[in-house]
Amino acid sequence: MNNYETVFILTPVLSDAQMKEAVDKFKVLLTDQGAEIVNEENWGLRKLAYPIEKKNTGFYCFLEYKAEPTVINRLEVNFRRDERVIRFLTVKQDHFAFEYAEKRRNNKGGAKKHEEAKPVQETTAVETEEAKEN
Amino acid sequence: MAKQSEIRYLTPLSVDVKKKKYCRFKKNGIKYIDYKDPEFLKKFLNEQGKILPRRITGTSLKFQRRIAQAVKRARHIALLPYVTDLMK
Repeated sequence: MNNYETVFILTPVLSDAQMKEAVDKFKVLLTDQGAEIVNEENWGLRKLAYPIEKKNTGFYCFLEYKAEPTVINRLEVNFRRDERVIRFLTVKQDHFAFEYAEKRRNNKGGAKKHEEAKPVQETTAVETEEAKEN
Repeated sequence: MAKQSEIRYLTPLSVDVKKKKYCRFKKNGIKYIDYKDPEFLKKFLNEQGKILPRRITGTSLKFQRRIAQAVKRARHIALLPYVTDLMK
């Protein structure tokens, strides 16, 4: 068993329920194959640094899990097949990364408040931009 | 005679004291560079989003490689741009 972390970006056209469903799909896919999910984060709607598939925003999701190496291949095939996923990145955690990830999880309670405060402002800004375009 | 050759300045001459560059990762004991933190990685990029060379940042070779890896990962998941103008 290795420790992995995955960041994936979902299209911004999904509703909240659809987005949760998509995330759950991948979580179920992992747990079905004996992976153990350590941490799950939802970064919310963020602006992309450059357009991907003509979209300027995306829902960022972050998963940390313990899994066998063969699981990763299946997961990535599913990412490629799923049209809702516009980008994904899976990284194996070496022991420095693992230590860092542990620390990050532990002070998430304090740090998350900042993170939560920011995306709200960003999303409202994005919405107003989209409203102008419409 | 010696006194005449003495040159006096109104303001003291600024002699460039070379600041020794150092690797901030070694100094601060940072072991892992997170690709999920674009604000931190921006310190190692120029305005066009290119990775700054070691001779400017003073980073050690080991951590320069890790910065490069982290920046490339961040670019892939669109946290950092591949090319831009006036990033800061």
